[in-house]
Amino acid sequence: MLFRTLRPALSLLILLTLLTGLAYPLLITAVAQVAFPVAANGSAIADKTAVTGSALIGQAFAEPGHFWGRPSATTPQPYNGLASGGSNLGPNNPALLDAIRVRAATLRAADPAQQAPIPVDLVTASASGLDPDISPAAARWQIGRVARVRQISPAALTALIEQHIVPRFWGLLGEPHVNVLALNLDLDQRFPVAGTPAPAVR
Amino acid sequence: MSAHALLLLLVYLLALLVLAVPLAPWLARVFDASAPAQAAHLPAWERRVFRWCGVDPAESFAWWRYALAIVAFNTLGALALYALQRVQGSLPLNPQGLAGVAPDLAFNTAISFVTNTDWQAYAGESTLSNLTQMAGLTVQNFLSAATGLSVMVALIRGFQHSEAAGIGNPWVDLCRITLRILLPLSIVLALVLAACGAVQTLAPNLVVHPVEATRFQAPVLDAAGQPKVDGKGQPVLADQVTHEQTLVLGPVASQEAIKMLGTNGGGFYNANSAHPFENPTPFTDFLQMLAIFLIPAASCLAFGQMVGDARQGRTLLAAMTVVFVVMALWAMHVEEGAHPALAALGVDTQGAGGGLAGNLEGKEVRFGSAESALFATITTAASCGAVNAMHDSFLPLGGLVPLVMMQLGEVIFGGVGSGLYGMLVFAITAVFLSGLMIGRTPEYLGKKITAFEMKMVSLAILVTPILVLVGSAIAVSVEAGTAGIANPGPHGFSEILYAFTSAGNNNGSAFAGLSANTPFYNGMLALVMWFGRFAVIVPVLGLAGALAARRRHATHAGTLPTHGALFVVLLVGTVLLVGLLNYVPALALGPIIEHLQLGGLQ
Repeated sequence: MLFRTLRPALSLLILLTLLTGLAYPLLITAVAQVAFPVAANGSAIADKTAVTGSALIGQAFAEPGHFWGRPSATTPQPYNGLASGGSNLGPNNPALLDAIRVRAATLRAADPAQQAPIPVDLVTASASGLDPDISPAAARWQIGRVARVRQISPAALTALIEQHIVPRFWGLLGEPHVNVLALNLDLDQRFPVAGTPAPAVR
Repeated sequence: MSAHALLLLLVYLLALLVLAVPLAPWLARVFDASAPAQAAHLPAWERRVFRWCGVDPAESFAWWRYALAIVAFNTLGALALYALQRVQGSLPLNPQGLAGVAPDLAFNTAISFVTNTDWQAYAGESTLSNLTQMAGLTVQNFLSAATGLSVMVALIRGFQHSEAAGIGNPWVDLCRITLRILLPLSIVLALVLAACGAVQTLAPNLVVHPVEATRFQAPVLDAAGQPKVDGKGQPVLADQVTHEQTLVLGPVASQEAIKMLGTNGGGFYNANSAHPFENPTPFTDFLQMLAIFLIPAASCLAFGQMVGDARQGRTLLAAMTVVFVVMALWAMHVEEGAHPALAALGVDTQGAGGGLAGNLEGKEVRFGSAESALFATITTAASCGAVNAMHDSFLPLGGLVPLVMMQLGEVIFGGVGSGLYGMLVFAITAVFLSGLMIGRTPEYLGKKITAFEMKMVSLAILVTPILVLVGSAIAVSVEAGTAGIANPGPHGFSEILYAFTSAGNNNGSAFAGLSANTPFYNGMLALVMWFGRFAVIVPVLGLAGALAARRRHATHAGTLPTHGALFVVLLVGTVLLVGLLNYVPALALGPIIEHLQLGGLQ
C-alpha cells in the first residue's frame, strides 16, 4: 500500500515540478524576452550614459526644484528596491499621526506661501514604498515651490503636469495619476537649473 | 460611496460572468473525462505517463485511499520545498547569492505554499533565489490549487455517482487539472502581465542611478553587527547617502499568473501585488482581480452541469455573490472615507481638484481607495491573500471586511476547489437545518443526509474556528506571541487574530505589521495552516465517499428545493450564522473597539 501510494506521488511530483517549475517559467521568459524585452526587464529608462531608473518604480525626490513623490516606508532608505513594503501602521497608532504631522510640516516649510490643504497622497506612505505616482492634485500643489526655485512661470508647470496626467484606464480602472520620475525628467530637460540648492535631509 | 466605486464593482461582476460562463463547460469536461470510467478515452501519451508513474487511471479509489494519496502527495511536496529552500545557497539561478533559508522559516514557508495559504513570513526579494521561486513556490502554486480542485471533483462525484465504491483517481485528477486547466490559463495570463510591465527574466538585479542622491539616516552597527544604542536605549543613527537604487528582477510574471489563478497569493516581492513589477497598471490590477474569482466562479457553474441541474450551480454562485457584493460595498465605502484626524492637520482627504479621496496610507496612487478596497474584499473572499494595499493600515471597519471574509470559512468564492467544497458543506448544513425545521428527511441532490454525513460536515466546519481561536488565545497569552505586535492597543490584538484567521482559513494575507518571522509564529502558524487544510480535506473526502455509496433518488414533490431565492437565503443565513457566532466576541475586542477609539484621536 505504501509503495503503491508513494511511487505515483513521487513520480508525479518530479514530472509536474519539471513542467510547472522549469518548463513553464522558462517558456514565459523566452517569449517575454523576445516579444516584450523592455517590459520584461524592468522598463528601464536610460539616457546616453547610464540607466536613470525604471518607468514603473518611484525614486526619492527631496530637492525643492523637483516634484516630490509619495512618502516611502522602506528601510533604511526610502524607495529601497531591495525591501518593498508599507508602514503597516494601524489607523489608531500615534506613530501614524506623528509621521503625517512631520511630513505636512516639511511640505509647508518648503513652500510657506501654499496655504491649500495638502493632498492626502503626499503625506501617507504607499503600500510598496516604491509608488511611482502621485495624484494630479498632489503635483499641482507643488507648483509654487518648483516654479520659484526654477524661476519659471507656474502656468508653464501647470501645462507640463497636464501633459503627464495618465487618466483612468477605460475611464474606469484605477485613478488618474502622474508619474513623478517622468515628470521630473521632463522638467529637468525643459527648464534646467544651474546649481540646484543642496537637498534637505528628510 | 462614489459612483465610480459602484460602477467598478458592476463592471467587475459582469466581466467575471463573461469569462466564467464559457470556462465552466471546459472545466466540467476536464473533470468528467478524468473519471476512472473514462480511462479508456485518455490520449495515448497520457496513458503512457500514468503507466510510467505506476498509476492505473481506470482504478477508482475509496475515499480513505483518495485522502491518503492527497496527504502523501502534499507531504512530499512540503519536504521537497523545505529542502530546496535550505540548500538554495549552493544551487544555480541565485543571482543575488542568497543563503539557505533558516529552518523555522523554511518549514513555515513550505507548509504555507503546500496548503495554498501562501502566508509570507519572509520578504521574497531578499530571501528566496530565482530557483526557489520557480521550482519551489511556483510549483506548489500549481499543485496546491490542483489539490483543492481534485478534492472538489471527488465531492462532486459523490453526488454524481449512485452506489459507487470509489470517488475517482487522485493521480489522474491532480495531473489533468494541472496540465489542462491551470497551466494553459497561466500561460495566457503570464504573457499579458509581462506585456504590461510585470518583469520576467533570469537576469540579476537592475542597478539604476536615480536623478537625486538619496539622503537618509541608518542605524550604526557595532562590531558584532548589532545596532548601537545610546544612553536612553535609542539606536544611534548616522547620515548616509546613496547614489544607486537596486531593483530586484526575476521570473515574476509566470509566478504572478498562477498566484492569482490558483488563489495562492504568495508574491515574488514583499509588497506583493502592490509592487509595480508584480502589478504595474490598473489594467493588470483588474486582470488579477478577475483571475482570483475566475476558477471558483466557473467551478460553481461546472458543478451544476456535472450534477445535471444547472440551477444548483447558479444558486451557489448567487449566494456567494450576494455576500460578496455587500462586503465589497462596505469596504469601498469605509476606505473612500477619511481618517477623522487628518482634516485637523491640514490634509485634504476629499479628493479636491483632481486629488485622491480616502484612506491612502498603505495604498498605491494608481489603484486608489476604491479599487484597493475591492481587491482586499476579493482576495479574502477567495482564499487568495495577495494584496495590492496594506490591510494593516485600513480604517478599523475597513480592515474588518477582510477579517470577516476569511472567518466565513473562505466559502464566498473561496479558494480554487476549496471554496466550492466548503460551500457544499454549508449547503448540506442548510438542508439539514431546514429538514429539522419542517420535519422532512434532509436530502441534497437526491442523496439522503444521515448522521455520518453530518458528523463529517460538523468536523469540516468546526476545525478551522477551533484552530483560529485557540491559536490566537495562545499567542496573546505568551510573551513570544505578544512580542511580535507592531501597533499598540486593540489593533495589536487584531494583528494576531488576523494572522491566525488567515492561516487557519488558508488565506495568507496579513496585517503585516506583525513580526511573524520568529520560531514561535513560524511554528504555530505552520501547524494551523496544515490542519486548517488537511483536517478539513479528510472529512470532506469522507463525506464524498459516503455520498457516492448512497443510492441517488429522483426528486419528488416532498423534496425541499435546493435552488432559487429561498435556498439562497437559507444558505447565506447558515454561512453567516456559523461564521458570526464563532467570531463576534473576538471581533468586538479588535476592530470594533478600534473604531470606537478612532474618533478620539488627536
